[in-house]
Amino acid sequence: MQWRWEWTWELLPRFLDATGKTLMAAGGGYAIAVVLGLVLVLAQRTPFRPLTVVVRELVEFIRSTPLLLQVFFVFYVGPQFGINLSPWTSGLIAIGLHYGAYLSEVYRGGIESVPKGQWEAATAINMSTVQTYRRLIIPQALPPAISGMGNYLVGIFKDTPMLSVIGVAELMHTANAVGAQSYRYLEPYTMVGILFLAISLPTAFFITRFEQWVRRKMGM
Amino acid sequence: MSYLEFLQAHGPRMLDGALITLVQFVLATVVSVGIALAFGLMRLSPNRAVKGFATVYVEIFRGTSLLVQLFWIFFVLPLFGITMDKFTAGFIAVGLNMGAYGAELVRGAILAVPKGQWEAAKAINMTPAQRMRRIILPQAFVIMLPPWGNLVIEILKGTALVALISVTDLMFQARQINISTFLSVQTFGTALILYYVFARFCVTPFMRSFERKMAFKIGRA
Repeated sequence: MQWRWEWTWELLPRFLDATGKTLMAAGGGYAIAVVLGLVLVLAQRTPFRPLTVVVRELVEFIRSTPLLLQVFFVFYVGPQFGINLSPWTSGLIAIGLHYGAYLSEVYRGGIESVPKGQWEAATAINMSTVQTYRRLIIPQALPPAISGMGNYLVGIFKDTPMLSVIGVAELMHTANAVGAQSYRYLEPYTMVGILFLAISLPTAFFITRFEQWVRRKMGM
Repeated sequence: MSYLEFLQAHGPRMLDGALITLVQFVLATVVSVGIALAFGLMRLSPNRAVKGFATVYVEIFRGTSLLVQLFWIFFVLPLFGITMDKFTAGFIAVGLNMGAYGAELVRGAILAVPKGQWEAAKAINMTPAQRMRRIILPQAFVIMLPPWGNLVIEILKGTALVALISVTDLMFQARQINISTFLSVQTFGTALILYYVFARFCVTPFMRSFERKMAFKIGRA
């Protein structure tokens, strides 16, 4: 099978445009996940037992079921109750929820890595809970969490093709459409693979660099 | 239609799907372990060509989506004369992808075996192969089991994607039932619960007890 270069160049603008959509989906989903993760981890640290147990189990549930199924669930469940969500909205909700659960575990690891003496010291100098988190715990919990957060940023990017199944017009969706039209799959799918590599490898590299930089800044 | 009636009508079909998911999961895990071991060791090879090849493999499979790889293997590889039926393509793709992640776990675990163990094996005149097989790998195995527990769950979740190349697994059956009944909450909800129960109450406890058993075997428990 011959690779058709002219066709590749012809398709390229369309694929680059779709790459933009993919990045938007990843960015939007990640923004939801970052906030939601924080909510999920803080809910697990409240003294109210039933809440912590339920949230803990919810996180486990989300983490141990396939994202693809969650995407379908969010997309199809709304209409059954008269709520119609667009593919974009439900896609972002599903992916944000999924990665929010993962990020809450990353945050938890970060918070638990802060030595107990720091908490006691904060209590000793009469800091409020909010102050303790904001000024003592979060700054120290962040550097160890960066690599995990970065990994999931790349992870969410790589999982956006799953949104194609509900009709979000990102890269994979475009490749499927082109393939179905022309009955040629070599170029579209290979281009998608290369575009993914071209974004995820440099991102992973910069995340490592960024982590080192933060650690130096924090004097760790 | 009550939920019970729903289960009576569609439960058997879901269980058929769950069985396919189970088989896909087991086969994909076997492929992953093989790939992870081979490429993890190759990543540590002193031969630069071997090491380079393994690095490229790991970076390609970790740098792109499983879905892209699955479609590539199923739709593009036949153009190069490698044709697999959808069932085989499914677990091979999941296995190759997760194996790349596993390779990093293998590499990390081997490097985490204390240096004294390597030196001691050398001191009693073991060949590199003997040292790896009898001293290093058993200890590395115990070190890497906990992260493998997570990876195995990822493999299970990864198998859901094979539904997109029409392997009739749980995900696929759920979609079909949803199309014919429009009972999305019941259909996808049941499928979610099946995945969850299998992951949380079968796979994870199994991996935990396996960890303990292996740690006990090399005298670490």
